[in-house]
Amino acid sequence: MSTARLVRISGALAEAEPLADAALYELVRVGERGLLGEVVRISGDRGTVQIFEETTGLRVGERLAATGNALTVELGPGLLGSVLDGIGRPLQRVADATGDFIAPGTSAPTLDAGRRWAFTPVIASGAPVRGGDVLGTVTERPGFVHRVMVPPRVTGQVAAIAAGEYTVWQPFGRLEDGTGLTLAQSWPVRQPRPVASHLALHQPLVTGQRVFDLLFPVAEGGSVAVPGGFGTGKTVIEQSLAKYAAADIIVYVGCGERGNEMAEVLEEFPRLVDQRTGRSVMDRTVLLVNTSNMPVAAREASVYVGVTIAEYYRDMGYRVALMADSLSRWAEALREIGARLQEMPGEEGYPTYLGNRLGKFYERAGHVRACGAPERDGALTVISAISPPGGDFSEPVTQASLRVVGALWALDPELAHQRQFPAVDWETSYSLYADATAPWFSERAGGDWLQLRRAMLELLQRDRELREIATLVGSEALQDGDRLLLEVARVVRDTVLGQSAYDPNDALSSIEKTWLLATLCRELLAAGQRALDGGTAFDQLDLAVPRRLLADLRRAADSELAAGAAAVRAALAGVAR
Amino acid sequence: MSALARRHHGAQGVGGPLLYLRRTRVVALGEWVEIRVPGESPWRGQVIDAGRDISVIQVLEDTVGLAPAAVEITLTGREATAVVGRELLGRAFNGMGLPIDGLPPPVGDATRSVWGAPLNPVRRARPGDFIETGISAIDGMNTLVRGQKLPVFSGPGLPGLDLAARIVEGARAPRDEAFAVVFVGIGITSRETDAFLERFDRSGARERSVLYINQTRDPTIERLLAPRVALAQAEHLAFDLGMHVLVVIADLTHYCEALREIATAREEIPGRRGYPGYMYSDLASIYERAGVLAGKPGSVTQLPILTMPDDDITHPIPDLTGYITEGQVVLSRDLHRRGVFPPVDVLPSLSRLMQSGIGAGKTAAEHREWSNQLYAVYTRGREARLMAAIVGEAGLAPEDRRALAFADRFELDFVGQGDARRTIGETLEIGWQLLETLPREDLHRLSDTVWAARLAGAASQPAVVRP
Ligand SMILES: Nc1ncnc2c1ncn2[C@@H]1O[C@H](COP(=O)(O)OP(=O)(O)OP(=O)(O)O)[C@@H](O)[C@H]1O
Ligand SMILES: [Mg+2]
Repeated sequence: MSTARLVRISGALAEAEPLADAALYELVRVGERGLLGEVVRISGDRGTVQIFEETTGLRVGERLAATGNALTVELGPGLLGSVLDGIGRPLQRVADATGDFIAPGTSAPTLDAGRRWAFTPVIASGAPVRGGDVLGTVTERPGFVHRVMVPPRVTGQVAAIAAGEYTVWQPFGRLEDGTGLTLAQSWPVRQPRPVASHLALHQPLVTGQRVFDLLFPVAEGGSVAVPGGFGTGKTVIEQSLAKYAAADIIVYVGCGERGNEMAEVLEEFPRLVDQRTGRSVMDRTVLLVNTSNMPVAAREASVYVGVTIAEYYRDMGYRVALMADSLSRWAEALREIGARLQEMPGEEGYPTYLGNRLGKFYERAGHVRACGAPERDGALTVISAISPPGGDFSEPVTQASLRVVGALWALDPELAHQRQFPAVDWETSYSLYADATAPWFSERAGGDWLQLRRAMLELLQRDRELREIATLVGSEALQDGDRLLLEVARVVRDTVLGQSAYDPNDALSSIEKTWLLATLCRELLAAGQRALDGGTAFDQLDLAVPRRLLADLRRAADSELAAGAAAVRAALAGVAR
Repeated sequence: MSALARRHHGAQGVGGPLLYLRRTRVVALGEWVEIRVPGESPWRGQVIDAGRDISVIQVLEDTVGLAPAAVEITLTGREATAVVGRELLGRAFNGMGLPIDGLPPPVGDATRSVWGAPLNPVRRARPGDFIETGISAIDGMNTLVRGQKLPVFSGPGLPGLDLAARIVEGARAPRDEAFAVVFVGIGITSRETDAFLERFDRSGARERSVLYINQTRDPTIERLLAPRVALAQAEHLAFDLGMHVLVVIADLTHYCEALREIATAREEIPGRRGYPGYMYSDLASIYERAGVLAGKPGSVTQLPILTMPDDDITHPIPDLTGYITEGQVVLSRDLHRRGVFPPVDVLPSLSRLMQSGIGAGKTAAEHREWSNQLYAVYTRGREARLMAAIVGEAGLAPEDRRALAFADRFELDFVGQGDARRTIGETLEIGWQLLETLPREDLHRLSDTVWAARLAGAASQPAVVRP
């Protein structure tokens, strides 16, 4: 047993001696309260440990015990619907132990060790198995099949396997070499889980947000950076996607953000029904929460715990989306710990390995063929919010992210101040997935998605140019055709790009609706142009009625779309008054 | 922290606000320290770096005249605590919680750690009770709710503290709910303090308030403790006694400067503009102490005030604050110059919890559409104003011209309310009247239903809750 004792405590770090035989990233228990920590440096016989819990009150001379393991997370049935802290402890069980306020030193395993699950094997004893093979299934939530897999890197022959009710760590069978087979497994969070191969990205993750699906789509298995100053709508976007995106599983990492936002999620998600499955949104969600006042070291760990859980469901063959809000807080935790370790700082004080770590994190996204039999493909899409200081995108976290992600959803404070939500800056934003995903959208929409996208972007570009001119010469001085375009662009901004997260019918936009609204805007422009060509002056056009009808259509339920579109088209006929 | 008090004679050294102590065998991080020199009043501090060989103590009082060799240092074996209790209502303390009103120290109900543990997110309730502040720009456009933290971003010479005083004055206890005000002055001048307190007394708010005052002339480092001592009391009133507590903290900018001073003294690698890299987490440990607990009465609502250096909203102090708080009320120098009070610029202002605090049964069913419409026309008017500055009003298209006229009136009549206190009903009515000066075709955000209801005079009755 270790005889290490603390010789120094400063912030989230503690130093202990003698700790020469510990391994880097080995998990340790610190002090009388057994706080969890991780060895981050060994030098001579002194080890430095980052502690995942509040360190106030920790004394010089207290003991430290190495555990022999790295930081791992328990993976198995029961994860869905749970709310975990940054290192995977269920916050409900922490609350049962320590009440309304979190006290350090609570042990609470990620999975409920006492709960029994009905297990149905899909293979028989005698079968040879290897890592990733599906052994059987458990119904984790009504209608959701949890595939129980052989842990990565394990191979052997099944000596026994039996259907029945098991707790997560109670063997339902074993291999010839005696290895017990259980519903749950553990995995070190800092290591990506292995996959058989990477596949091309071509299917979109349908977000239900018009501006993304139409202009800046994300592919399943892709990654997106969402940078924006405070209050520009990052969290609303992340939450909207968590609620409405067409994914099987959502892992939501609230990394260094607000407690009240989590209270909001916890109130809303269970009540909200996933339209595709008819089940509560909470049933497909795992929440990881490390609010801004919780320990920084756990903040650093939380994104790894989250992505490991996401990979686990991906390995079952599901389409998983990971929301990280905000990756900047993770990077700052890294910086804070780096600074206390007296590492040589790089750009803006961030450690020089920031880009490297960030890249490795994003690389855990992908569309993959999972290991093992039966053959199955899974996807892990990563959408991470970034909080640039002063809203300035030239900072290291945004820049390092842009080197690896496939799409940028840039948020603009100016648009947010104008209450133009989502405040996506359509000039700066881009998606490298637009071409690859277009065929899929076109087929669903029954029309050329790329062409519609191009038309919208051109219109917005022209609008931007004209508005610049207007500030110099005045809006009155513009040609009628240009004034028409400006007006239609307003309608596009209001009804196509603008989408209210608080309107029950608008918050989620089906592909049908997105297609329809954008198409009708083009028809409005065409109708206006025809009227101008026919000799009507711009001031004589009646744009207000179709505009209002389009606004109504935006708020309409899908069942009312056809009628609403007919009304808009009827009004278009009367544009020339 | 259970270790008993230990004494040390003489320190290794002192530099700025830091005292260095050698061979501290059982020192704990965060441990409260008393430092005595014969014949002088004691200094207080806390351990911010605990080491077997050397420990660093942050001294909360001015260290001028402190001779390291002569001091006697007591490591008290406990962390910084504050006496909290109902009997503190009506009293005034310094930033460390010692009385400054000439009365004896309170016995209190309990002592609490000033650091405050994080509220477990699963035990929070989602805030959603509308607070009527009496200010149209807030109630109508950026609604405050109980359990929210909504800072005021002021600028040098702008009336941030006045606005806070007005909000506190407007506060009355509704439905007989117990409520209290905790005011923390951090590094503010005695003129500001006196003016604030005088209004306080006039409105009769004093007996349900607790004051923690650290003025410009008081020790800088004490500023780091003051908001935490105050929040310990606020949490006690809210979560132990079930009261609704409004915490006003002015001015956070001074707090951040004290934080920078410590970081500099420790020779830490400075972050943006010399502020430490951990300022986000540090500020969060203050701001996040607002909220409502599930299934329990009581709430802590925070109204911090800060001064944006050089009116720069991208300065780290407002920037990091905005990233933590649930919105912000931004004051405008331009409106202030034009005599508008309160000079709130509603565009960069935001209340993130507004959505859960408004609507039928709270304010009015049409509140959201109404405010969206006001925002839309006002935004168009502000754009038109920029355009008009170059080409003149005559160069504007008719709708732009109307929007510009609307923006002018909106600032004077809606935002500008002078000394008046407005009910939410009055606020909504003034907004409606402004909207009605425009033709229906300019009101793209209003649905026909809401418009028809307005024309029919179907005024909804707001349910009003005060802080
Ligand atoms: N789609 C939307 N519909 C309506 N309102 C929105 C939308 N998106 C954002 N908002 C408004 O903007 C506010 C700020 O959004 P949000 O909290 O997501 O910002 P953020 O970028 O996450 O800020 P921070 O970095 O400080 O966390 C919301 O509270 C809401 O009022
Ligand atoms: Mg956010």
